[in-house]
Amino acid sequence: MDIVNALALFANFVAVPATAYGAQLALGALGVTLIFGILRFANFSHGELMSFGAMATILVTWTLQDLGIGIAPFPTALLALPVGILASIAVSLATNRMVFRFYQRRRANPIVFAIVSVGVMFVMAGLIRIIIGPDDQSFADGERFLITAFEFQKATGLKEGIAIKQTQVITVVVALVVVAALFWFLRKTRAGKAMRAFSDEEDLALLSGVNPDRVVQIAWIITATLACIAGTLYGLDKTYKPFIFLQILLPIFAATIVGGIGQPVGAILGGFVIAYSEVMVTYAFKKVITYLSPTDWAPEGLVQLLSTDYKFAVSFIILVAVLLIRPTGIIRGKVI
Amino acid sequence: MNRTVALYVLMALLLVGVGFYQSWNVAFGIFNLCLISAIMALGVNMQWGYAGLFNVGIMGFTALGGLTAVLVSMPPVGAAWAAGGSDIALSALSIAGTVAAILVARRLVLPVLRLPVTLALIVIGYFVISAFFVPATERIEAVDPAQTGYLGGLGLPIVLSWPLGGLVAAGAAWFIGKVALGLRADYLAIATLGISEIIIAVIKYEEWLSRGVKNVTGLPRPVPYEVALVESEWFVGLADWLGAPDVADIASLFVKLCYAVLFLAVLAVVMWFAERALRSPWGRMMRAIRDNRDAAEAMGKDVTGRHLQVFILGCATCGIAGAMLTTLDGQLTPTSYIPLRFTFLVWVMVILGGSGNNWGAVLGGFVIWFLWVEAEPLGNWFMRTVTLPLAEDSSLAQHLVAGAAYTRYLLMGAILLLVMRFAPRGLIPER
Repeated sequence: MDIVNALALFANFVAVPATAYGAQLALGALGVTLIFGILRFANFSHGELMSFGAMATILVTWTLQDLGIGIAPFPTALLALPVGILASIAVSLATNRMVFRFYQRRRANPIVFAIVSVGVMFVMAGLIRIIIGPDDQSFADGERFLITAFEFQKATGLKEGIAIKQTQVITVVVALVVVAALFWFLRKTRAGKAMRAFSDEEDLALLSGVNPDRVVQIAWIITATLACIAGTLYGLDKTYKPFIFLQILLPIFAATIVGGIGQPVGAILGGFVIAYSEVMVTYAFKKVITYLSPTDWAPEGLVQLLSTDYKFAVSFIILVAVLLIRPTGIIRGKVI
Repeated sequence: MNRTVALYVLMALLLVGVGFYQSWNVAFGIFNLCLISAIMALGVNMQWGYAGLFNVGIMGFTALGGLTAVLVSMPPVGAAWAAGGSDIALSALSIAGTVAAILVARRLVLPVLRLPVTLALIVIGYFVISAFFVPATERIEAVDPAQTGYLGGLGLPIVLSWPLGGLVAAGAAWFIGKVALGLRADYLAIATLGISEIIIAVIKYEEWLSRGVKNVTGLPRPVPYEVALVESEWFVGLADWLGAPDVADIASLFVKLCYAVLFLAVLAVVMWFAERALRSPWGRMMRAIRDNRDAAEAMGKDVTGRHLQVFILGCATCGIAGAMLTTLDGQLTPTSYIPLRFTFLVWVMVILGGSGNNWGAVLGGFVIWFLWVEAEPLGNWFMRTVTLPLAEDSSLAQHLVAGAAYTRYLLMGAILLLVMRFAPRGLIPER
């Protein structure tokens, strides 16, 4: 029986990575949920928007690295992030002006919006692959670890170490800051209140003099900011590869629906629910159980519910369960 | 009608143009894939055009058809069956047993206990199934992994896999439709997106079933092999009579022609059914449901039931097309299934062709596949022209030329956006 080591092991392989991943999903899902609340459609181009933001950040990072400008021990990407955010805002405002506004004025069917967003997705996917290419890009620099497993072992004298990557800490800190700023904006500012009013009851908001074009523009600005940050953090933490962003769309949508669609708090909750379940279901608990067992008994198999190959299945299964049991999501959102 | 004929003639001229300027082999290569794309587009048109269902899981159903082609046509691997066949059968039995136990238990126990009992049975079933399944797959995958390492198929003619692929896809569609169709449109989209990723994951990682990323190659063909043709007397005679300079070239053209005939026959059958269905009372009911769901429901139409029906039919059609595609390729490569190519491209076909019109969907399949293939040389030419002022060895020029293949994504996105904006009814509008 060795509870401390079991906890350390669990933290190292489940809690730490899942928290970072959850923060990334939450940022992505916040964007999807905002657009859903304001424009009322499932935005299939969101993954590519994240990819675009990350790409812009990477390009600026490379330039800065060439010039020798950095903020060591932090990754240079943090310095480049504002430029990436500006680029994503420009792109999303341009697509809004050229594509989505037309349908918004006609109050088009949500499915029409969704199909149009597929078109935007195609265009963005093409642009990204032409500009940066379809391959893996590495752009992380600075200190790799805040605490390595070895340092942790030495400091605490435990058998198991907890390694914390710097990118994981940055992910969580940045996500916290961004989410706090977003909630302050939505609760306290005039524009934020207008957005919430518009999302709750469009016609009433219009009657009260809310300018719909402005609300939609602000929604896109926030969404683009969140998407760029989410994409960059994901790229820093794992790797930047254009096609991943089509796959990450599923867990993001799942997080949005699980949390309650159109609900910012729900999106964050959903992001962590999905991330934790994905990591826990695909983690082999053999060693943890061995530590916890009173004698030297060890389970025979790996005690892994699903192989890591099927991590996408986890978000899908949670999605289906939520759709069947509580279609409105954890926090009662809209039913599309 | 005149517009339809004119557009089809134009499309035919484009293909003939490729035949003259590039080569007839290229033209027929494009034509065959156009036919398969047209069948996929018909499947999506049934769901979107007839019923207004937004299915973004086409890739999964296509891949299921492809998997069926392997399972039907490849010879069975005797050693693998001997190693793990009985245990696989036992695990299948325990899956069935678990499901049956859950269904029975849910009838018998009190409503309060239903959820815990179901969960408990799932957990027990999971352990029973994996007790048989995991060792069996390990043994199967150990059988000559470089050559087989999977159970193989039934060794039947591959053409049989076309209808069977449709059936398998229909089964998957029934399951997903049962779950997601009661809810509104966007949920179906996201659920189908998920199921298609899962299907691809299963095909990629269940090596005992499909060899996974090791790919199954050399599927048997329904048409003669080029090598055999070149050696046969009658074919050489035919080539001489045609005055062809290169027998091998003619042989490969002949094979493509055989495929074209087979595919054309399937397309004709699917088209006949699709048109009959659309013009029948059933088709009118579908469109009534699409245009005003609530009114149709008030008229006593079973909206969810009809949606399930048309969803299954559409997915089955995609499954048939998927099996045909794998037959044409002669191999199953799970990594080649990407949503942009297999799901969203088909959507562009239907939207461009004209949703709700079968002739439009078929035309869309032809036009989009043609552009998808020809976009690469076009993109190359475009990039070379754009980079002409730059030095030959400048890195920017090389980078742009390397990215030329991806102009096809740009082109497809632009087509979709322009059609949605300026001609939402498509090339051949619904009548």
